Amino acid sequence: MEIYAKGMSCEQLNEAVRRCTDKRIDIRACNGQRFIACAGAGRSINVYGVAGNGAGAYMESGELRVYGNAQDALADTMGGGEIYVFGGCGDAAGYAMRGGEVYVRDNAGYRAGVHMKAYDKQFPVLVVGGRAGCFLGEYLAGGIIAVLDLHNEAAPLGEEAARGMHGGRIYVRGEVGVPLPECTAARRAEAEDMRLLEPYLRKFCAAFGGDVNALLADKFTVITPAENARAKRLYVSN
Amino acid sequence: MNARARAEFEILKDRERCCDCGLCAKQCANGVYSVTKEGGWRIADEKCVNCQRCVEMCPTGALKVIKNRNAPRSDGNWHLQAVREIYKQAETGGVLLSSMGNQSDMPAYFDRIAVNASQVTNPPIDPLREPMETRVYLGAQNREVKRDANGQIKPEGGALRLEVPVMFSAMSYGSISYNAHAALARAARELGTYYNTGEGGLHRDFYEYGANTIVQVASGRFGVHKDYLNAGAAIEIKMGQGAKPGIGGHLPGEKTVGDIALTRMIPPGSDAISPAPHHDIYSIEDLRQLVDSLKEATGHAKPVFVKVAAVHNIAAIAGGIARSGADVIVLDGWRGGTGAAPTRIRDNVGIPVELALASVDSRLRAEGIRNRVSLVAGGSIRNSADMVKAIALGADAVYIGTAALIALGCHVCRSCHGGKCNWGIATQQPELVARLDVEEGVRRLVNLVTAWKHEMEEMMGGMGINAIEALRGNRLMLRGLGLSSRELDILGIMHAGE
Repeated sequence: MEIYAKGMSCEQLNEAVRRCTDKRIDIRACNGQRFIACAGAGRSINVYGVAGNGAGAYMESGELRVYGNAQDALADTMGGGEIYVFGGCGDAAGYAMRGGEVYVRDNAGYRAGVHMKAYDKQFPVLVVGGRAGCFLGEYLAGGIIAVLDLHNEAAPLGEEAARGMHGGRIYVRGEVGVPLPECTAARRAEAEDMRLLEPYLRKFCAAFGGDVNALLADKFTVITPAENARAKRLYVSN
Repeated sequence: MNARARAEFEILKDRERCCDCGLCAKQCANGVYSVTKEGGWRIADEKCVNCQRCVEMCPTGALKVIKNRNAPRSDGNWHLQAVREIYKQAETGGVLLSSMGNQSDMPAYFDRIAVNASQVTNPPIDPLREPMETRVYLGAQNREVKRDANGQIKPEGGALRLEVPVMFSAMSYGSISYNAHAALARAARELGTYYNTGEGGLHRDFYEYGANTIVQVASGRFGVHKDYLNAGAAIEIKMGQGAKPGIGGHLPGEKTVGDIALTRMIPPGSDAISPAPHHDIYSIEDLRQLVDSLKEATGHAKPVFVKVAAVHNIAAIAGGIARSGADVIVLDGWRGGTGAAPTRIRDNVGIPVELALASVDSRLRAEGIRNRVSLVAGGSIRNSADMVKAIALGADAVYIGTAALIALGCHVCRSCHGGKCNWGIATQQPELVARLDVEEGVRRLVNLVTAWKHEMEEMMGGMGINAIEALRGNRLMLRGLGLSSRELDILGIMHAGE
């Protein structure tokens, strides 16, 4: 089904999507309507234009492709499925994401990948083609965040990345370029590390173009929680 | 050093009554009782939390737990508690961690408010002989009335129907046990009210109680997924908690085991950290976005609650929440309970719920938006009188947490954070959890709420009021006792005698 979204409120648009039983839905002339594919499952939704806040929130499965930019809170608490953004995304992408894969061709805003966590067979992945804003991967508990910095901008990460990280891994192409907190350890990615990342880089390049072999041959830094990163015993019983 | 001085309690064992059965040692998870090589009893007073388990279980009544008669010298400024806290911090360098609500001995405003009754000029109503309406609807207050084909009014879309204006407040599976959750869920169903999952997810066994469940979404988003959101009758966004406004939570890896990890949807043994803020909410507009996204995820079928701690600018905050599209605002006062909170935060941050409730209700009325939302008050509702006063101050319903736990057998020993609750409530140790009899727990919870309902009906009847609707926000029914005019202004009530 094809929906021409111009002039529609987000309630109207999402109601139309909910009612539709087609496996594939194309949303044309999307102009920032919110919550597209919210709690979506088993469908392929293509958005032409700008996907508003909360696209793919609580998404369970299926695919969301945004041919344009996505705004804030992309993939909030996402549980599964795949999201491709053929542009950049706003703040707080992948907040508390538990599963699924998000590929953003260009830059991500502030607070991307905060509190992502893995569970059982669910494993969240966030790949950012450009650079990521401040507070990337705060409280990271599981999954993978990769920042590819393909446009070779000043620094791939903003300030305060990986604050409170206690699980998962963050890959950065090249050097991190900002100070990292004590709870983390950064090192050059080895062959084993790259094997973990490879399937996601392949998907990224398949979607957005680019030479995956050249990318894999590049130098990556991997950030993991430090050995003793478990929260310290801060308390005394009173 | 100072172990003996730190001991808050001492245990008196009557040698004549004691039959040396050893049950006290078996019952005490804190390891107070042990047998020496010579076969005598060794009693470690400093490990006792005064939960009364051994006292209750002792077959011969040989045990008494009393306040430690040995105590360092204290005075009106250096209270014993203050001295003992310094001992603990000097020894460990730790932040003091406490459980349950603020224990400050400042009087509750509820205790300084008197309720009215009818005399001569209007008749009281006898609730045993005349109908009393205690049913309350939460959320969706301003929808138009719709009738079915037979002319009967249809229930308002998505509103929660409470047969009695009491719900069980959020306590996560993890902070309390499986059996405690089972009892709360079943009691809620029997009473026609609701219990709240807290932020630890919903155990798969309890999905069947969904129609009486409020599922919570907190900053850690533990256990939050589509089925969870759709499982309950309503969704509560936890922005804050009265016991610890402004700070997050941390369930250490040692406690995230087995079903706890499964229900939270995290790997076993990993720290479950709830950040202080929701990192996707930095404004009312952002809150609106989460409210809307939850409604989208559930097909706009469920009311959304927003729970906040009562803090200084609560009236303005509540005004914002009312405009965020939320259906219900929950105000949690500074006496609200907790499974664990830093002592200093618990005892010093936030404001009493009575003041918060009155000022929020006034503000929402003044702005003409009171009908957009329902108000729920929590943070130490101890009895039916507190409930009646809260409703007259402006609440639609109340939340009880500690009172419900006490009904389940809690003895308020304030040691929930230790995870060794001898009564099977705030623990995950299977042998301790098994001590909480679910059937008995359901019966006691139902008894408690039913008794409160009767008491409330009597108080309402005395005022000549036969429906909760007429009590809500009816501050003319309240008078202050010994309160300053400023306090009376904020509460919106007159002084007794006026």
